[in-house]
Amino acid sequence: MVEEIKTLERKKAPAIVDAVDFKLQLKPYTKFTLKNGVEVYAIDAGAEEVMAIEWVYYAGNWYEDQNLVAATVNFLLKNGTRSKSAFQINEHFDYYGSYLNRACYNETATLSLHCLTKHIGELLPVVRELLTDAVMSQEELAIYQQNMKQKLKVSLKKNDFVAGRLIDVYLFGEQHPYGKYSKEEDFDKLNQQQLLDFYNQYYRQGKFVLFVAGKLPANLEPLLNEHFGDLTSNAVTTQSILSQPSSEKKFRVANDKDGVQGSIRIARPFPNRHHPDFLKAQVLNSLLGGFFGSRLMSNIREDKGYTYGIHSYMQNHIHESAWMISTEAGKDVCEATIQEVYKEMKDLREELVDDEELLLVRNYMMGSILGDLDGPFQIIARWKNIILNGLDEKYFYDSINTIKTITAEELQGLARKYLNPEEFYELVVV
Amino acid sequence: MINFEKFTLANGLRVIVHQDTSTPMAVMDVMYDVGARDENPERTGFAHLFEHLMFGGSIHIPNYDEPLQMAGGENNAYTTNDLTNYYIQLPAENLETAFWLESDRMLSLAFGEKSLDVQRKVVCEEFKEHYIAKPYGDVWHKMRELAYTRHPYRWMTIGKELSHIENARLEDVKDFFFKYYRPVNAILVVAGNVTTEKVKALAEKWFGDIPSGEKYRRNLPQEPEQKEERKLEIKANVPLDALYKCWHMYPRLDRRYYITDLLSDILGGGGSSRLYQTLVKEKQLFSNIECYHFGSTDAGLLCIEGKLVKGVTMQTAENALDDILKQIQAELVMETELQKVKNKTESMMAFEDMSVMNRANSLAYYELLGDASWMNFELDKYASVTTEDILQESRKIFRKENSNTLYYYSGN
Repeated sequence: MVEEIKTLERKKAPAIVDAVDFKLQLKPYTKFTLKNGVEVYAIDAGAEEVMAIEWVYYAGNWYEDQNLVAATVNFLLKNGTRSKSAFQINEHFDYYGSYLNRACYNETATLSLHCLTKHIGELLPVVRELLTDAVMSQEELAIYQQNMKQKLKVSLKKNDFVAGRLIDVYLFGEQHPYGKYSKEEDFDKLNQQQLLDFYNQYYRQGKFVLFVAGKLPANLEPLLNEHFGDLTSNAVTTQSILSQPSSEKKFRVANDKDGVQGSIRIARPFPNRHHPDFLKAQVLNSLLGGFFGSRLMSNIREDKGYTYGIHSYMQNHIHESAWMISTEAGKDVCEATIQEVYKEMKDLREELVDDEELLLVRNYMMGSILGDLDGPFQIIARWKNIILNGLDEKYFYDSINTIKTITAEELQGLARKYLNPEEFYELVVV
Repeated sequence: MINFEKFTLANGLRVIVHQDTSTPMAVMDVMYDVGARDENPERTGFAHLFEHLMFGGSIHIPNYDEPLQMAGGENNAYTTNDLTNYYIQLPAENLETAFWLESDRMLSLAFGEKSLDVQRKVVCEEFKEHYIAKPYGDVWHKMRELAYTRHPYRWMTIGKELSHIENARLEDVKDFFFKYYRPVNAILVVAGNVTTEKVKALAEKWFGDIPSGEKYRRNLPQEPEQKEERKLEIKANVPLDALYKCWHMYPRLDRRYYITDLLSDILGGGGSSRLYQTLVKEKQLFSNIECYHFGSTDAGLLCIEGKLVKGVTMQTAENALDDILKQIQAELVMETELQKVKNKTESMMAFEDMSVMNRANSLAYYELLGDASWMNFELDKYASVTTEDILQESRKIFRKENSNTLYYYSGN
């Protein structure tokens, strides 16, 4: 008997606290308004002496009249002002070990600065200069055009890149901000004056919001007011642009005759975060293909070995979304992969998910959110997403509540409503 | 300064505990002292394939991922030429689940045929996705074979060829496991909202009775000094000509490693670096150019790679690059230029250390190199580098006879 007690019971899992029992909190932000009415959201947290600031402008490709104008203006922000060359600007930010990045999305375009907190005072004046005094010179534009066209040539050789562009065209139409994509001739058409006009309207006088996180200096508010509190920040009118989904649903595209894999995208339109089904569908999505233990991954990777990975997700758009399944599979098993995806949808429509699997998904999702809220940059990123989508903290707590309480019947109802193969666009690029 | 405590179990397993109570999470990192460099040249890609098999069920636990997900945890793993690392993040309350899972697969795998069958295919798809389906995807296969004649860095982690993976047998899997995946060849780091006392008790409980195994003594063929410059031309279905150059550098623990690291930043680290400013912006010969190294434990490679602007000849591009390399061998870099890359290194480390996972991973890596506490002296090592060091080392590294050049031509 004594012997047996000593033997470790290795088959039995140790007791766990179910993650669904965790009380998850999203650390509240501090908000203040600069003299010009610009809103600042701040999270002061973290152990390292680092911080990040993001300037979010309503200057995404939604606002451009011609393809690539928004992205090009965003790119050229740090390529020269009246008093500093691109090199001097880069040297300044590099010297302080900081990272100044820009990114252009559909609705917004951003400039973000990551730096050691002690250097913030040296960096903000130059950021201001970029936002008020950029020149978008002809020479910088020409280099950008040439290098971006070359980069595009290389990307077009990749099936996954081509597939990503095409599926968005089918979902939203080529004229829609979510569907349009860059072509070589679009780069050629760009001219300096239209860039400057866009810069004037959407940056120098455009609407912006600030998100700040990290170990923040005590004088953050006066500091931001000093450098950004006097800038003009006008309201922006957002035109409504309707998507024009393709009427044809199934596509097979040849891109690389020597290729060994096909890029598969299976997608359907889906409403945005304000729709009552959105949060619940997130749970169904996790079950379908949202994590390593999902049905798609277990079947198509872990059982069949058709792919290195298969994922499903909702596209991160503000106006309307899409439910996407994406994978790269061996050329000869692409069609078999698609059939298995539809089989998994069918199972979700026809069979109730059992308690154990549902608890697994709940625990996984809760643990993942808990881990994801670790650190000031992660917390502000979550807030940013909530705020830019016109939501509030209720969205966060509703999503937790949905994960904890959604039933197998509700999931099946959603599967019947949304996971019908005939409603999906289907694309293979080989 | 990263604080930690360290102890060793009777079976030789080294355990490091790093406490951070500001997070609700715990992290477990298990690093095994085996990488692609330890493979048989006829069975390459094995260390990485093996990493996949570690998720195919262990002796008492048929499914690794499910119980971890049930405990709200996430995990992943990676293999390099030098090491294999497994890491878990989960709510601190459920830390014991990580001990249970990791100890069981260190004790023994289930060695199922099905798992091997499937993962062979999965890894083959990974191989295709990253190295065959991508334009320029074969560059590092070719470059490693050019630059190394004897050292096992001459193949990539993914393996030399698909057939090596396709031919892997269950027998090989077993041998590999019992040779390398033993407590005496592993390091366990537990970090986050944990106490040393609790980790000690759990480590004894779950890892204490695993047979120690035999210490793996690495004895790899050493790369002889390169005496002649090497060149290779490739023509492929890619849209742009590209130039790749590599030079042998120094092992991870050599002081000159730090000098070379800063040198690579001066040349090719971002928008104010020499290569980018001169070759992309001023002369417009390349559409992009970078300088970096692989951070290898044994003597690695310093690399420069760039894509040529359409219409520029390879000769023109290479000459312009050579001019910049000649200049850095002829004149001291400016103090402010050196300070710039030191500042960048400092801030990069601060950002990396924000994540408990990264801290745990670094502690394991430095312990593998010799001592976890070295993590706290890295910055001093960079700080001690002088402009004279940069001058001297660039003269040694950029010798013609130390160079390997790959001309990648567009076949279109």
